[in-house]
Amino acid sequence: MIEIRGIHKSFGDQKVLNSITATFEKGKVNFVIGRSGSGKSVMTKCIVGLLEPDEGYVLFDGRNFTSMSLKDRKEIRKEIGMLFQGSALFDSMTVSENVRFPLMMFSQMTEEEMDIRVQHCLKRVELEGSPDKLPSELSGGMKKRVGIARAISMNPKYLFCDEPNSGLDPQTAIVIDKLIIDITKEYGMTTVVISHDMNSVIEASDTIHFLHDGEVAWAGENSEMMITDNDRLNDFVYASKLMKRMRPKK
Amino acid sequence: MGVIFHIGRYTQFIRAVLRKPDKWAMFRKLLMSELNIIGVQSIGIVVLLATFMGAVMCLQTAHQISGWIPVYTIGFTVRQTMILEFSPTLIPIILAGKVGSNIASQLGTMRVTEQIDALEIMGVNSRGYLVLPKIIAGLVSIPILVIFSMFLGIAAGAGIAYITGVSSMTDFKYGIQVDFKTYDVIYALIKTSIFALIMTSVSAYHGYHTEGGALDVARSSTKAVVYSAVIIMVSNLILTQILL
Repeated sequence: MIEIRGIHKSFGDQKVLNSITATFEKGKVNFVIGRSGSGKSVMTKCIVGLLEPDEGYVLFDGRNFTSMSLKDRKEIRKEIGMLFQGSALFDSMTVSENVRFPLMMFSQMTEEEMDIRVQHCLKRVELEGSPDKLPSELSGGMKKRVGIARAISMNPKYLFCDEPNSGLDPQTAIVIDKLIIDITKEYGMTTVVISHDMNSVIEASDTIHFLHDGEVAWAGENSEMMITDNDRLNDFVYASKLMKRMRPKK
Repeated sequence: MGVIFHIGRYTQFIRAVLRKPDKWAMFRKLLMSELNIIGVQSIGIVVLLATFMGAVMCLQTAHQISGWIPVYTIGFTVRQTMILEFSPTLIPIILAGKVGSNIASQLGTMRVTEQIDALEIMGVNSRGYLVLPKIIAGLVSIPILVIFSMFLGIAAGAGIAYITGVSSMTDFKYGIQVDFKTYDVIYALIKTSIFALIMTSVSAYHGYHTEGGALDVARSSTKAVVYSAVIIMVSNLILTQILL
């Protein structure tokens, strides 16, 4: 479980996060949604320690990540997997080298054990046939799958996905969503997904936090989102014509 | 204010770079790769520059000496110019253009495509992992390239003197031996090592702190070359005053 408590973050005079408090549960796919510029990415960066919050703290299963020393943070980071918006695969490495990288850096595995783990992870994302390809030779969906394989290679307790479906066609997006749901249940991870793709939110989320102007404007279960009275959330959810048609009649 | 900010951030950057590598096996692998990129792949440009500079230096000196100035001055001038200034200062400045821009654009691209963030989230000290092998490779390979360019420049001077007949080989050979001080070579290598450190670390600093997109990567690359060259020139003056 990840708990964030009273996080504030400003850049100069611009307040981006204003007392954010949220809980992301273990074994669930927890979505953070909101308009562009609402503070989703900054919040994620504060959680994983790429940015330091001005106030507040983050707990990873009760361990205060914000006040930890760099050495202790490093141990927690080994338990974190992250799928980036642009996949962030290492250009100079092949698919299998990308997946192998965290194992080489931090595990005590032998070469053979690493080979087995890499094959397992690639098979899990259905990419066992492309271990020697370079990232530049992959499609957007394949890159995302390699990103997921790399993220799960160290058996993480926590998985963060930043806009996992951006730039993907609807069918590939569904494949990625399903993969995120499956590995979350399979590994019992705490998964946090940043997204503004409503199709993904409906398909894959267990819990949802809606950010507006740097504050959590609504939080609840997937089933509650479609019937909420929160005007800001409704404006966001039913912004498209398709979603308007799907809106339940009162 | 800006200068103080950059000095502070550069100091923090170097402190993080100099931390013990997370995995020595990975460090050795990256070091070998960087030795190839910074050292081996720069041999061509060093050969070209040193050869032509040595030859031109020989012809220019021959053009200027007449009457009472002995002919062996040609060999002497070529040697002194190559050892004291051309090889230890100009070669690193030229390499700042080639190697420095390469380092800055590589790190800048990794930054804007979130590859550096990916390393940090995994728990890797990204500055140490990416930058330390480049600095060590620069400190090892650039002095070797500079020594090589000294020999090559003097040999090219001798070659052109022989071909054009501006000096006999006996005079040239006497010129490159007369009043030779080993300290001049030591001075040159001290300068080179410091310039190699400046070139690799300043370029890495600019690349690592790139913010934005493709245009900003290009800007970082330009900054890396310009700042490296300026700092090398200023350091050259200070070091010359201190060491000679």
